[in-house]
Amino acid sequence: MVIEISCEEVWREISNYLENDVSPELRARLEVHFKGCGHCTAVLKGAGNVVQLIKAGTVFDLPDGFSNRLYKRLQDRLATKKHKRRNY
Amino acid sequence: MRAPVCTRVLQRGIEGPILAVTKPQVEVSEAALIERVAAGDTGAFYELVSPCERALFLAARGILGNDADAEEIAQEAVLKAFSSLRRFRRESKFCTWVIQIALNEARMRLRKERRTLYESLDQSRGEEEGDYVPRDFADWREIPLEALQRKELREALDRAIASLAPKYREVLVLRDMEGLSIADTARVLGITEVSVKTRLLRARLQVRDALAPGIDGSWSVGTTGYKKVRPW
Repeated sequence: MVIEISCEEVWREISNYLENDVSPELRARLEVHFKGCGHCTAVLKGAGNVVQLIKAGTVFDLPDGFSNRLYKRLQDRLATKKHKRRNY
Repeated sequence: MRAPVCTRVLQRGIEGPILAVTKPQVEVSEAALIERVAAGDTGAFYELVSPCERALFLAARGILGNDADAEEIAQEAVLKAFSSLRRFRRESKFCTWVIQIALNEARMRLRKERRTLYESLDQSRGEEEGDYVPRDFADWREIPLEALQRKELREALDRAIASLAPKYREVLVLRDMEGLSIADTARVLGITEVSVKTRLLRARLQVRDALAPGIDGSWSVGTTGYKKVRPW
């Protein structure tokens, strides 16, 4: 028999549920709750979609020329170091 | 003996530096690259940093919220990593270590500028240490794949993440954006795994609350408002 769980408890565990980081017993209780609670199901879907959106990796792109500018700055630093060593 | 990478970069390309010499066939391990840098092969440092570029930029951008500052911080982090490489204890991957440096630099930048832009989404919604109560919106419709590409959706997500308090934004960036494990996220931030999980929950729910009504009121084009699941 699956023990009921409150919405407040569900909200506390939703992120862990998405991470697959809940015990089998807790998972069963959550899934029974989701079947009967539209609000918590909406919260679960919403949080899951947030994770998918962020992980999609299409949200933030590297600015054009990022690598070039980074390596230029590193080159300049290396050149400064060498120059200092020679003039020491 | 091969010349360092820096002397082999002949021209700028759209995608990045174009090397005059092709990469070695054999995959060079992180440890081997670090040894080469320690032995004076500064070009090997480029090879260490290259796989971390995107992660560095994302971490800094997640905290600071704009491209220009994020790029500057990413550069600062790389320079700092180069200067402090002998202090890298190899308890984590090199990229994880540099991300940690970038996070610290980003935090210092925020403190220095005393920004108030990044307030938490709604300070009154639950105590900081108590339970977060997610808003009661109607079912979030499945987001079609083509919608994920929409500029408006990206901008809405950008705003939602930027509105988080820094400590929630940081865990979201590291766990969901960078894909670090809970354990690595805890290590980078210097907090417990329990704290990571608690903050991650709050971050995800707050972003969900910010996005759930949709960009123009609902996710379906043409509909307005949203239907409450319950009557209150």
